[in-house]
Amino acid sequence: MSHVTPESLTEAACKVLDTIQKRTTPLTPKERLSIPAQEMPTQDPAVRRRNVKEVALGYTPEQAQLESLRCLQCKNAPCIQGCPVRIDIPGFLKAAAEGDFLGACGIIKKNSLLPSVCGRVCPQEVQCQENCTVGKALKSVDKAVSIGRVERYVADLERESGKTQPPVIKPETGKKVAVIGTGPASITVAADVRREGHKVVMFEAFHKPGGVLVYGIPEFRLPKSIVQAEIDALTRMGVELHTNFVIGRTRKLMALLDEDGFDAVFIGTGAGLPKFMNMEGENLVGVFSANEYLTRANLMKAYDFGKADTPIYRTGKVAVLGGGNVAMDAARTAVRLGAEEVHIIYRRTEVEMPARVEEIAHAKEEGVIFHLLENAKRLIGDENGCVKAMECLRYELGEPDASGRRRPVEIKGSEFIRDVGTVIIAIGNDSNPLIPRTTDGLKTTKWGNIIVDDNGKTSLDRIFAGGDIVLGAATVILAMGEGRRAATSINALLEV
Amino acid sequence: MEGRTVNTILLRKQLSDDVYLMRINAPHIARERLPGQFIIVQLDNEYGERIPLTIADADPVEGSVTIIFQAVGKTTHNLAEKQVGDTIQSVLGPLGQPTHIEKFGTVVCVGGGIGVAPLHPIVKGMKAAGNRIIVIVGARTRSLVILEEEMRALADEFIVCTDDGSYGRKALVTEPLKEVCGRVPKPNLAVAIGPPIMMKFCAESTRPFGVPTMVSLNTIMIDGTGMCGGCRVTVGGQTKFVCVDGPEFDGHKVDFDNMMQRLKAYRKLEDHAHNQCHLDAEIREKERSRS
Repeated sequence: MSHVTPESLTEAACKVLDTIQKRTTPLTPKERLSIPAQEMPTQDPAVRRRNVKEVALGYTPEQAQLESLRCLQCKNAPCIQGCPVRIDIPGFLKAAAEGDFLGACGIIKKNSLLPSVCGRVCPQEVQCQENCTVGKALKSVDKAVSIGRVERYVADLERESGKTQPPVIKPETGKKVAVIGTGPASITVAADVRREGHKVVMFEAFHKPGGVLVYGIPEFRLPKSIVQAEIDALTRMGVELHTNFVIGRTRKLMALLDEDGFDAVFIGTGAGLPKFMNMEGENLVGVFSANEYLTRANLMKAYDFGKADTPIYRTGKVAVLGGGNVAMDAARTAVRLGAEEVHIIYRRTEVEMPARVEEIAHAKEEGVIFHLLENAKRLIGDENGCVKAMECLRYELGEPDASGRRRPVEIKGSEFIRDVGTVIIAIGNDSNPLIPRTTDGLKTTKWGNIIVDDNGKTSLDRIFAGGDIVLGAATVILAMGEGRRAATSINALLEV
Repeated sequence: MEGRTVNTILLRKQLSDDVYLMRINAPHIARERLPGQFIIVQLDNEYGERIPLTIADADPVEGSVTIIFQAVGKTTHNLAEKQVGDTIQSVLGPLGQPTHIEKFGTVVCVGGGIGVAPLHPIVKGMKAAGNRIIVIVGARTRSLVILEEEMRALADEFIVCTDDGSYGRKALVTEPLKEVCGRVPKPNLAVAIGPPIMMKFCAESTRPFGVPTMVSLNTIMIDGTGMCGGCRVTVGGQTKFVCVDGPEFDGHKVDFDNMMQRLKAYRKLEDHAHNQCHLDAEIREKERSRS
């Protein structure tokens, strides 16, 4: 894949936009379909392999406007059906197509609190863009209107312009709500509840707020400054934030309601207990959960050699087990830390990979080597207990399983050895047991996810939950949707 | 909620060459903590590392927790340089499952080096629950014996030994431990906290006598809440997280060799940082003497 420079992308966009703007008649649908889909300008793969700066550079104004002009303004708006928070997508694209970018951002913000974040990390290709008529007409979801990229552009523009309108906050009600966790679900709840005039106090176990947005998703995909801007917006609204405060330990959940005067609690603690494979050698030195590897690299800034105290393994051959976004994030982080070779090992094929197509493509561009239909069977250590190799097995695809994906079946006798110095296990997370274990009567599924009703309420009065602690590992936008639902319930509860 | 925890250092005492005691203002932790639990400390929220430290004591009325630590790495060295009135940026806790305390009968409590610090609240708790307490304290040499008075006051029987014989018996803690286990009736429980190698051999010493043995593990951690799995150990063939499943485990089931290897995972990188830290200190020292 050859890299197109941002300059040439802009130049091409300017030419087309110029022609369109000289017209006096409106564009016909056919003409809209013929506007070239705007590619996202990116850092050159050869350069970005050696830095942690954001890979996708964002549209230029011309690209954003041109891409918005591709929208057919379908009356039935199938895109909205694909959006978990039902953003008025044709509405904001129309404003953007007219060059009213701040107006476009205002339309998005009616439904989504974190457009800068969602524009970057939402899997649009399986949500809004999957339903897009343009993509259908051009017979490829890749040709759909790049809704997420325009969203990112207008949200970034608004943030950088300093013209962000602080939300109106109703008069103080004297009611108090505790929000546990500071990830996307919690951020949404905090904002929605605070707007109604209730006092909001957030509790974060780490020393920095943002949850998975800061410990998990790497800087090159979501800059920390963007997350911090969202947190700053909350504190400006009067939301109180306690870091280094782990509910269940520093304070029991029930004590918040019974002794500290909170009227309601939202639990948004995420999916925080890494799964391992229960294979031989998994506890050897040099074997990490993706959570650990990414937390070291992101939150603890281990990429900043010499400055950061938190160490990380950075050289040699790295194998990442798994095929989701977290696996791609770990692999691409390993590349940036200077690994000689980075291998993704996945037991199905690329089609079944849960990672976003864009992330897979970026990983490949950066030199990550993919091994499909293959999985680790056991890890082999040296005399010091450090991992030195892994025994792998080859797989083939069998019948579809419960997830609808074809089940990987191991090929008997296909064992072979692969040399590795670091192994990162990225096969997902179970839910964190801390709060359920320390809160009597809080019902969970057998996987430890907190059970909630249609209003986001748990088995206990005045306690709500949402995001990955309810869903299992999901996406930022779904967590926000859950947060919005719980916030509505909390506000209704406090109204009486 | 009465405001933020300030994490100010209220008291600092150097107990030996490289062992320090600090009392920190941390009212939330002081109120909630139970024997067996620990805290995580970070000195610089931007570039600092997070390290687990055991709690030696707590005063819920004053709102303070006491930590005793050995300056062995960059962060503990920097922590040791802090003075009364200084604050620590991040203190998180109390973490881990509290010790299971009940009336067992006779409990033999073995502490090695600074392992005596986390042992102290457990001994306190076990004593309060009505157990007969035998304390065995071991150290390399006399100056490294800590909390002797406190432990003597709680123990029904107190044995101290040093590797070099400079104080008490010249022996490793496993020697008196075996003797105690050989008594009739044998102790109902052994608790051993100290360097991994000591805990390993304590567990081996009690095994033939069938005395249940609890050990408290201190592994490499980042979050301390179950999120990273860096602290994982093999216990009875299963993977356990020290931060949420522990820190206390059945000493007869812990794979100590694997744990010790995992503790050394960053030794090379840390040695580098540690040397750098010593160099920096030397430079500072020279600059000070010059000015």
